[in-house]
Amino acid sequence: MKRTNRILTTLIFIFLYIPMVVLIVASFNTGKDITQFESFTFQQYARLFQDSSLLELLGNSLIVSVLASFCATIFGTVAALGIHNLNPRMRKAAMTLTNIPMTNPDIVTGVSLSLLFVFVGTRMLGQRNSLTFWTLLIAHITFNLPYVILNVMPKLKQMDKSLTDAAMDLGCTPVQAFFRVTLHEIMPGIVSGAIMAFTMSLDDFVISYFVSGLDFVTLPVEIYSYTKKPLQPKIYAMFTLLFLLILVLMIAMNLIQVYGDRKKTQSRTAGI
Amino acid sequence: MKKRNNAVLLSTPYLLWMVAFTLIPLGVVAYYALTDPATGVFSFRNLKELGMYLPVLWQSIVYSLASAVICLILGYPVAYCIAQCRPATQKFLYMLVMLPMCMSFLLRTLAWVGLLQDTGILNSLLSRIGIGPLKMIRTPGAVILGMVYNYLPYMILPLYATIVKIDHRLIEAAEDLGCNGVQVFGRVVLPLSVPGILSGMTMVFVPSVSTFYISQKLGGTDTVLIGDVIERQFKQGNNPNLGAALSLVLMLLVFVCTGIMNCFGGDSEEGGVIV
Repeated sequence: MKRTNRILTTLIFIFLYIPMVVLIVASFNTGKDITQFESFTFQQYARLFQDSSLLELLGNSLIVSVLASFCATIFGTVAALGIHNLNPRMRKAAMTLTNIPMTNPDIVTGVSLSLLFVFVGTRMLGQRNSLTFWTLLIAHITFNLPYVILNVMPKLKQMDKSLTDAAMDLGCTPVQAFFRVTLHEIMPGIVSGAIMAFTMSLDDFVISYFVSGLDFVTLPVEIYSYTKKPLQPKIYAMFTLLFLLILVLMIAMNLIQVYGDRKKTQSRTAGI
Repeated sequence: MKKRNNAVLLSTPYLLWMVAFTLIPLGVVAYYALTDPATGVFSFRNLKELGMYLPVLWQSIVYSLASAVICLILGYPVAYCIAQCRPATQKFLYMLVMLPMCMSFLLRTLAWVGLLQDTGILNSLLSRIGIGPLKMIRTPGAVILGMVYNYLPYMILPLYATIVKIDHRLIEAAEDLGCNGVQVFGRVVLPLSVPGILSGMTMVFVPSVSTFYISQKLGGTDTVLIGDVIERQFKQGNNPNLGAALSLVLMLLVFVCTGIMNCFGGDSEEGGVIV
């Protein structure tokens, strides 16, 4: 029973990683066709760096996702502090509002925002081009905010209320108490919310596809329009590099966590 | 009293932002759905045309339910297996499940096109062992496979999160009271993982029912989904009004489905579904 379960799990992990292997192998292929491996080459990597068009698009994606997740993190944390202290009925309403973009399908969010921007831009302001960098940024901040709030709220709820009271008894102003006590306590929630928002933003295709204009395009949107034509193989090289980068980052985070846990248990046993 | 005022002060900008960029856009969608594309006056024309798309809607529901069920069947053993490993291994495997979610889903789906094509990788492997080329791409199966592949992590992660929280003493107690392995699973572990199952099902169903890329790349002319139709109205067909009406239908469908899931779940914690 246990062994069959383990074999099944291994098979499913293989299933999850097969397409990535296909793409990584394709990045070392001299031919253009993903299905036929001709011979080994590093040329695609050289091409990726010679022609900067793809890197520029990656840069665009990074600009949007860094800005959007940064704004959403600050805005969302402030909002979470407020929502936490609202009266229960208002709090429930605020959380329902927060959940709307989470439950709505991406395509509906994208379509509705794009219709809003076109409606306001073209009909009310008379612009010819109503979808710009700014509309893209607004859309990204909007779908990032719930991730921050849903990560920060539980930390606020877990926090011992007497901690801030103690800080204020000891002479802190409410602002000092926030920066010295509350912020420390909810930091893990803020960080995980920010990371989630950033990755969602970086990877988003559907919403960006509907709200981005012609003058500012992110990488996934451009990949989508590429995939209607024969694909340039250097895109596989970029995929491979990004894959390695994310893998290294994740392993590093993992090691830090495991190391931290070990240290914590050690200090706890030492304390006893 | 002052604290309440501060709370209102801190949360109002956020609430205004969310009203402006989630509620009002939905109102605009409803406005477009109820106006005539040519003249811009109020009409039910778009809603009348919706009937034509009922088969497509039904097909989307069937495909995404199938993929949610397959994800559950495949994802449960994985989540269970991860939850039983040592903590360090658990974290590593959790990361391995997360990793595909961070990579471009467009390119990964495209890799499946390469695998399933008539002259693709799988078919050339099969021909070596003497099995003739199978028709895999442009079938309903390929679309469902694409959905399962892309959204399986969304099933595994919430399942794992609930299974790992199950109190081990409950399982020991059941064993002490004479349950065998199957009974322990059926009477203790499975009922306790229902919240994870429900949130996993919703998290697979919602993106599957609204996808358009997977069905465009892996499907054929007879596997058109509701997402495809909406995308075409906006990006090619130039009938945003009909697209808006279809989006409203899709939104209602998802709200009804998540509502049903929440009813079965029983406990509606504020904060909702999150990994």
